[in-house]
Amino acid sequence: MSTAAGRGTELGGGNSAAWRPALGRLTLVAGATVVIAVVMAFLLLPIVALFTYQPVHDLFTGIGARVATDAIIVSVKTNAIAFALMIAFGTPFAYILARRQFPGRSVVITLVEVPLVMPPAVAGLALLVAFGRFGLLGHTERLLGIDLAFTQAAVVIAILFVASPFYLRGAIAAFEAVDQTLLDVAGTLGAGPARRMVRVAIPLAAGGLGAAAAVAFARGIGEFGATILFAGSFQGTTQTLPLAVYSLFDANLDQAVAIGVLLIIVSAAILLASKLLTRSWTVSTSTSRSLAGRSIFVRR
Amino acid sequence: MLRAVAGLERPQAGRIALGGEVWFDARRGIHVSAERRRVGYLPQDYGLFPHLSVAANVRFAGRRDRPDLLERVGIAHLAQARPQQLSGGERQRVALARALAREPRLLLLDEPFGALDAITRRQVRDELAEILVTLQLPTLLVTHAFDDAGALAQRIGVLDRGRLVQLAAPAELLRSPANVLVAALTGANVLEGTAARIPSGSTVRLGGGGMLASSTSAEGPVQIAVQPWELELADPASSALTDSVVSVRAERGGLVIRLTRFTIHTQLDRNGYPAIEEGSTVGLRVSPSNVRVLRPDPSQPPGTEADVT
Repeated sequence: MSTAAGRGTELGGGNSAAWRPALGRLTLVAGATVVIAVVMAFLLLPIVALFTYQPVHDLFTGIGARVATDAIIVSVKTNAIAFALMIAFGTPFAYILARRQFPGRSVVITLVEVPLVMPPAVAGLALLVAFGRFGLLGHTERLLGIDLAFTQAAVVIAILFVASPFYLRGAIAAFEAVDQTLLDVAGTLGAGPARRMVRVAIPLAAGGLGAAAAVAFARGIGEFGATILFAGSFQGTTQTLPLAVYSLFDANLDQAVAIGVLLIIVSAAILLASKLLTRSWTVSTSTSRSLAGRSIFVRR
Repeated sequence: MLRAVAGLERPQAGRIALGGEVWFDARRGIHVSAERRRVGYLPQDYGLFPHLSVAANVRFAGRRDRPDLLERVGIAHLAQARPQQLSGGERQRVALARALAREPRLLLLDEPFGALDAITRRQVRDELAEILVTLQLPTLLVTHAFDDAGALAQRIGVLDRGRLVQLAAPAELLRSPANVLVAALTGANVLEGTAARIPSGSTVRLGGGGMLASSTSAEGPVQIAVQPWELELADPASSALTDSVVSVRAERGGLVIRLTRFTIHTQLDRNGYPAIEEGSTVGLRVSPSNVRVLRPDPSQPPGTEADVT
């Protein structure tokens, strides 16, 4: 029907056909509205349901319960450590991969992305047979007196394994986008490799790095499958927020929902932060914007 | 080539040295990294760090504030500005100040006017020439425009596909270009003809008709080069060489007359010959010593390298 209306627009002219383009556009607008409404309803309804499941007062009670506070502490601690390790090792790694040409480079980049497509449960299994008591490195660990499986360190490893590829992939792309000329000039101005990275590449790639780190952080906060297989779900040690949701699901649905709401708020905040970060940074370091356009988003 | 001198690229062969200091030697396996060479490198678009202010850009090189350098290149008032807020000429000066903060032993300029529009170009070029004179620093400048090289360089090396064709002072390049390529680069009229030897040199019968005398002895097919300002207008009736006028325009206090085969620069006050208008036929006269006979060299458009020392 819209095709016919479109043709009407093209032919134009005749009075008898004058109503057809208008009707066609109306149908189009109405159709688009319906499609958008249906999709948005599908995506948002579960979230709304979660928020309205119980009175706001009960939400606070739920989050204040011991299980929840323990899980919050475990989540914050393990994610903070994993995040710090990811930034500290991942940033130079991504910089080297982005700026250096060496044989096998594309293979390395592909391998980095393997954890992205791996089902989290399989990732947990893999970690268990690699680092677990009877795994690949189990014997070495015993000799060194380390026992990783079902400890908080195991949670950190699970989060790192599952979340950091998101950061690495984004960081490599962000570093690749940095103008090589600027790094060359920095070199002629006396900056060695480390200073070139810290003073030039990282500030210029900051928007992309921040966005990638936010995605990885959000993935880490929500990590479930790998953690529950590799680290178990022990309250106060390895039970992160998503694991707490799962274990409360049978016992106390109200509390599970309260934690769910908390997780949604955190995720939304991360999403918003990453969007704002990317936008303000892109605008403030762009060299082609007009003065007026740029002054709106001056980086703080 | 500049990238090799700066230490950003490693040549396959050869040797790069400044004074007694060897920066690169393929045979001895020497390659000093860019950060140890003390060169001031200005890439084509100046390579200013967009995330740093002008002052911070300059501070990057010397690790301390250098208001004196900003003063010297005349941009002290822009210290807090961001590179994106600057004009092309201002950006170039920031890049220059930043390179100088490195206390370089050599300045490398890559197409310094490539990013500028035609009007800014001349002005920036004159300013740069002034600054370079006061700096007294060995400078290597790469450009495709002979005008720019001629305005800035003491010596110009013409490169053709990686080979040095001629290395000489600008005036020398104009006076005696080594080949057709160099002649064309300097803006000379280059024509083909057939030479016949005579006692005082040769006469050249041009491809499109007409004769010219040259003080150079030659025989057979040749190419000749004549600079636009060496041609004089003459009475077509009594001239061995005539051509018809395509366009006439005034430029920089003179006239540029475009003929079908030649371009002539002439002073307005010497514009004595009547009826220089489009379509009319004019006679041409040129001193035999200005008719240079060149060895033929079928080439592509050249790159120029100007070397200001």
